[in-house]
Amino acid sequence: MGALALVLPLLAFVTLSFVVPLATLLSKSAYQPEVSEVFPETMHVLARWNGEGLPPEAAFAAMAGELAKALDERALPRASGAINRVQGGMRGVLNLTARRLARTDFAGTWRETLAGISGDWLQPRTWLAIREAGAPFTLRHYLQALDLERKEDGSIGFRPEDSRVYTPLMWRTLLVSLGVTLLCLLIGYPIACMIANSPPKRSRLLLLLVLVPFWTSLLVRTTAWIVLLQRQGVINGLLVGLGILPDDARLQMIYNMTGTFVAMTHVLLPFMVLPLYSVMRSIPPSHMPAAVSLGASPLKAFRRVYLPQTLPGIGAGSLLVFILAIGYYITPALVGGRTGELISSQIAYHVQTSLNWGLAAALSSILLVAVTVLYLIYSRVVGIERMRLG
Amino acid sequence: MSQPAPHVEYLAVHKRYADSDWVVRDLDLELNRGEFLTLLGPSGSGKTTCLMMLAGFEPATTGDIRIDGVSVAGLPPDKRGLGVVFQNYALFPHMSVGANLAFPLEVRGLSAGQRRERVARALELVRLEDFEDRRPNQLSGGQQQRVAIARALVFEPELVLMDEPLGALDRRLREQLQYEIRRIQRQLGVTVLYVTHDQTEAMAMSDRVAVFRAGRIEQVATPEVLYEEPQTPFVASFIGENNLLKGRIASVGRGVCEVEVAGQRLQAAHISDLPPGSETLVAIRPERVNIAPLPMRYSNEFEALVEDISFLGDHLRVRLEVCGNSDFIAKIPNIVGHGGILPGDQARIGWGALDCRALEAASY
Repeated sequence: MGALALVLPLLAFVTLSFVVPLATLLSKSAYQPEVSEVFPETMHVLARWNGEGLPPEAAFAAMAGELAKALDERALPRASGAINRVQGGMRGVLNLTARRLARTDFAGTWRETLAGISGDWLQPRTWLAIREAGAPFTLRHYLQALDLERKEDGSIGFRPEDSRVYTPLMWRTLLVSLGVTLLCLLIGYPIACMIANSPPKRSRLLLLLVLVPFWTSLLVRTTAWIVLLQRQGVINGLLVGLGILPDDARLQMIYNMTGTFVAMTHVLLPFMVLPLYSVMRSIPPSHMPAAVSLGASPLKAFRRVYLPQTLPGIGAGSLLVFILAIGYYITPALVGGRTGELISSQIAYHVQTSLNWGLAAALSSILLVAVTVLYLIYSRVVGIERMRLG
Repeated sequence: MSQPAPHVEYLAVHKRYADSDWVVRDLDLELNRGEFLTLLGPSGSGKTTCLMMLAGFEPATTGDIRIDGVSVAGLPPDKRGLGVVFQNYALFPHMSVGANLAFPLEVRGLSAGQRRERVARALELVRLEDFEDRRPNQLSGGQQQRVAIARALVFEPELVLMDEPLGALDRRLREQLQYEIRRIQRQLGVTVLYVTHDQTEAMAMSDRVAVFRAGRIEQVATPEVLYEEPQTPFVASFIGENNLLKGRIASVGRGVCEVEVAGQRLQAAHISDLPPGSETLVAIRPERVNIAPLPMRYSNEFEALVEDISFLGDHLRVRLEVCGNSDFIAKIPNIVGHGGILPGDQARIGWGALDCRALEAASY
């Protein structure tokens, strides 16, 4: 009991700063109460409507009353935004109707009255949109995040190829993350090997060089790549100056996939090198000579004796780099351009600009699930207890 | 009958690393087939480097190393076919004991059946039949060492190199394994080149011992000869215990010389060609020194001051001041008793002329 009290501050901190925000955000991906809060009566009536033709007069009456109330209470923008995301143009219709309603004479029925303000009220799809937006629990964001849509007949299918936004981006994010992980491994393995097998003085120096980038701001490191890689940058300048490239054929190495790969690999490399180094340092230096003395060629000795012993390090480094890469934001956003953009920048866009938090949360959840699944596969294949982070 | 060619020859081998001093200097050494030869010396004396040059992990800077009369200079280590036992065992932790042993057979392309048979035989040799499926980290230090030895022997090399294989074990286990290694070596008839800094280990196991000092061999001989007839003051003090008295050769007779030590004269075996007048160190084993009241009629008899007496069970260890030398040790076997000598007493001590050797002081 006393020991539990010791972890209590940590528990509270983790709950408040990690579990609660995460749970809130994730709940936003499926739970959206705004519309049903603003138009409770309307939703109640629409719930009993079969969806064919127009809803009964009661729905028009409820809508008219609640629109006026929402305008008074300044609650309209919250709800109209959510409905607008289901069907474009609805924000205007709702705002217009709410403002005109007070000045319009009652035309016998609420249906006629609303129709007099905007013809959209006589369109069944308007009411369908309101009903859909009003459902507090919805998979709409997930459908959108997966580029799925509800067809006219109610079935769910993929959007047409040319209007898919998120799935290509997710595939790209996955592939870029795998590619960056592989590059980090290819570059990091020999470095870690060299550091682990150098005399202490040199290994300290090399380790320091690996760690130095951590002392520099991520932003600085990324902008440095812009300076190096841009069309009028250092590398292009050098190639042109040396006559290797003609001046009009400067390489486009930034604001595209190349830029994303180069900068991300550079930034994430230490996360591969450090776990590898820590594992390699624990391998006694006599193992390779021992294998060779037993008759194995150096290559075979490496493959059969050294490499298998570094697997826990490869696993830890790859998992670390991959997970960091899949949610990477600043670097790809700065150097990726259009073609090197990753899913994280879409999430940021929906959080900061379009304010469609539901969609942002759905995209994040899908990312989280993907990482979790990969992690589980990994732990089954490699065995998580064998992984060593340092 | 002609002498068979030595199994291994070091011919005028020198070794130095990039920017260091010579690690091995002018090494000439021969190993005969089936011989157990130990390289003995303090750490940093170049003995491990000698081993690594033979194994092929270090090239000789100059000179040549031959196996069966053929130079191995251009031969990579994996083609030399030597068994090597490393100090920390170097067992592969991700493989079972059986897989560790099968590894050298596998890279040689032996069939699974042959591998199984050889592995079983090797495990039987080191008495670890039931441990084939264990991981190395599930074994004790002594068991790991026996696996390492079995692995170095399983592909039936004719020459096995061992680099301080028992260094990490405690004393009792070490003694036990010394006998075991010796037994296996005799049983298989392999040639062994063994490196250690422990002189009792070297004495207990070896046919011959090469004593190293600062990259040079001081003396190569059987353990008995090393002990009884050291050629240099270093060997005299490194192998067992020796009192070294500094003096000057006064006169030389037949096999015996007279040495002046702090104004007194003593007789010693003259084993070098040191002329009269040259500096010398006279080496006397502590157990060859006698203390009165035992009956004495020695060519060397001195008055000595008893400084200290320790009782060590099987013998008494008496520290004396003799001829101005204050750390002179005498060992008296417990069958005699010390005859009532106490620290501070004057005692008469003595030893035979041929029990002490006049060694060349310059080389110390």
